Amino acid sequence: MIARLMLWLDDRLGTSAFASRALRKAFPDHWSFMLGEIALYAFAALLVTGIFLGFLFNDSNVHQIYRGPYAPLDGVSVSGAYASALRISFETQAGLVIRQIHHWAALLFCAAIVTHMSRIFFTGAFRKPRDINWTVGLTLLLLALAAGFTGYSLPDDLLSGTGLRIAASIAMTIPFIGIWIESLFFGGPFPAPQMTGRLFFTHVFLLPGLILGLVALHMAILWHQKHAQFRGAGRTEQNVVGSPLWPNYALKSLGLGFATFAVLAILGGFFQINPIWQYGPYDPAQVASPAQPDWYVGWLDGALRLGLPIDVHVFGHTIPAAFLPGVIFPLVAFTLLYLWPWIERRFTHDAAVHNLLDLPIEVPWRTATGVAFLAVFLVTTLAASDDVQARLMGVPVESLTLAYQVLVVAFPVFCWFLVYQLCREFRSRAVRRGLGERPIVEFVRSAEGGFQEHEPSNVP
Amino acid sequence: MTSPDRRRFARGVAGAAAIVSLFGSIGFAAAYVATPSAQWQGLALGFALAGLAAVFALWGTTLVSNEQVVERREMSSAPSERHSATQELEAGAEQIGRRRWLSRLLGAALGVFGIAALFPIRSFGPNPNPELFRTKWTPGARLVREDGSPVRVDELEAGSILTVFPEGFVGDASSQTLLLRLEPGTLRTAPERAGWAPQGYVAFSKVCTHAGCPVGLYRRSSHQLLCPCHQSTFDVVAGAKPTSGPATRPLPQLPLRIAADGYVRAQSDFREPVGPSFWERG
Repeated sequence: MIARLMLWLDDRLGTSAFASRALRKAFPDHWSFMLGEIALYAFAALLVTGIFLGFLFNDSNVHQIYRGPYAPLDGVSVSGAYASALRISFETQAGLVIRQIHHWAALLFCAAIVTHMSRIFFTGAFRKPRDINWTVGLTLLLLALAAGFTGYSLPDDLLSGTGLRIAASIAMTIPFIGIWIESLFFGGPFPAPQMTGRLFFTHVFLLPGLILGLVALHMAILWHQKHAQFRGAGRTEQNVVGSPLWPNYALKSLGLGFATFAVLAILGGFFQINPIWQYGPYDPAQVASPAQPDWYVGWLDGALRLGLPIDVHVFGHTIPAAFLPGVIFPLVAFTLLYLWPWIERRFTHDAAVHNLLDLPIEVPWRTATGVAFLAVFLVTTLAASDDVQARLMGVPVESLTLAYQVLVVAFPVFCWFLVYQLCREFRSRAVRRGLGERPIVEFVRSAEGGFQEHEPSNVP
Repeated sequence: MTSPDRRRFARGVAGAAAIVSLFGSIGFAAAYVATPSAQWQGLALGFALAGLAAVFALWGTTLVSNEQVVERREMSSAPSERHSATQELEAGAEQIGRRRWLSRLLGAALGVFGIAALFPIRSFGPNPNPELFRTKWTPGARLVREDGSPVRVDELEAGSILTVFPEGFVGDASSQTLLLRLEPGTLRTAPERAGWAPQGYVAFSKVCTHAGCPVGLYRRSSHQLLCPCHQSTFDVVAGAKPTSGPATRPLPQLPLRIAADGYVRAQSDFREPVGPSFWERG
């Protein structure tokens, strides 16, 4: 059956030459290689559940009186968007579970991308030739964050409306063009009537289209370059060893995909997420308290809380205090990430092609830098709920904010030195034990007395 | 377990998982028809998918030959191809570059087209400048509650707080204002604001000067207004000056007067832009 289909296709498209190679493509087996796949499957879940929600959601900002089964809001004036999100949750069969799966899938999508990127970073997989795919992947992370935030804002509830208000204020802090950027994106000073429709269009058309295109590019590059691999017997820079695509890897990957979907289904069924009916409809004069955003934007909210209250005045103009934590901080962080493959090359002078991965302990300074970078984000994310923590601990929130302001500088520095030392320690122990199944490396001594690694493929 | 035993065991488990998945799918269809419960629907869906996951994973790891394939990789092209590609590119570029004036003109035309094509972006929103510098408060506007009822001078106890709007603009985001009545003599009035707070009535913009959230919390004992978004606090007694958190500016004060008819009215609009700071604000 399958064979006949193959031949049918080959008669028309000449696919067999490609397929015979593709079906035997090698996929290295390592648990950490599954993180990117989880992101891919989370995105698939987002598309499928998103189509369901897209058919039922109404992006109207026209207010109406809510009449429905959720009694506490009966008779309250709400926007069409909010009303339709309530209708999906309470009056549409399977609406609540699919809405919750969609939200959980978005949280998982961002989490999987971040952990996948961490794996890429700590194993040096971003080095040439994969520096190009590092930038594609990083762009996907930014698009995923934007898709998450716009989707979270769609139901027009009090919590997300407050988040949008903050986003608009952050845009306004940009010198020269800030208020224009805000006005052009939102359609006027916040809250503008065009907002809901634009967010909907951005969330269901623009961003998914871009993500889809870049996912395709990301995977085409991956396919063409072939996977990187950890060192091991028989593995060299010039080959890749792993399970064949067909049938082993295809079956395993499908297994992972369905496992991802299963986890999302259980989360969507049992774990309430974004209960917009508890927050109430957006009202610019109301505010939810405590107010915490989804986890993947917590770092920005926390950074805003830690910002110092200092406006800069230059020639009769203002650079608002929130410009530093709200714009400069993410800009610097993501610029560093984009440039990292080239920054590292500047230090190592290593422009060679790398298909064999490093273990994190093997390159202490890189691992330490990566952990320190993550530590900044960890502290700012924690700071985003400092009011809740202060109440739980019974301390004034001001003291906690101060502690976090110190920590956001001190903790990454501490992490850097700790991780650096730990890596060196583990590395020297590993060397004493012989580094597992590392292949014997041959060296050639040059006439000048230097040593160079002998490439196995050059052995006659 | 020996390898055939393991395979037999895996086959059994995979079979069981397939049956679990079957029942899960039937269960989901049944739950869809029979109950609005997200729990039952999610549970059934979870079983359907987890069963499939187990079948595929077991099949891929134990039931097919566990072979490893080795692929060679050659990333960059052969030196001759690299050379000829660069040659072709340079030869073509040289042909274009030879027409120096024409190619410069073409470059200019493309560049100007790119800039001109950006102009329609301006249609996406109005000039924000006038709106950011004013609110809906006008001289003599009555202060009304969210239900539209105006505030009379005898209606607020000392120590109470209300969200008010200019009459006719209930819910307007930039005009939202906090009206407080303090014990007479509590407020430390700056000289330029003398007469803005008659009979203990004092009004501040409710829009946080940090990131624009409504300043929604009030600690009565210490006369502190608190913004729940980023924990900025403002001292009402000192003219809503920020006392902690990331906010830099006081909440703008709305000048009030008590009219002869007993209603609390605005003397004018806020004397400075409300809400978060921006470049043009000065």
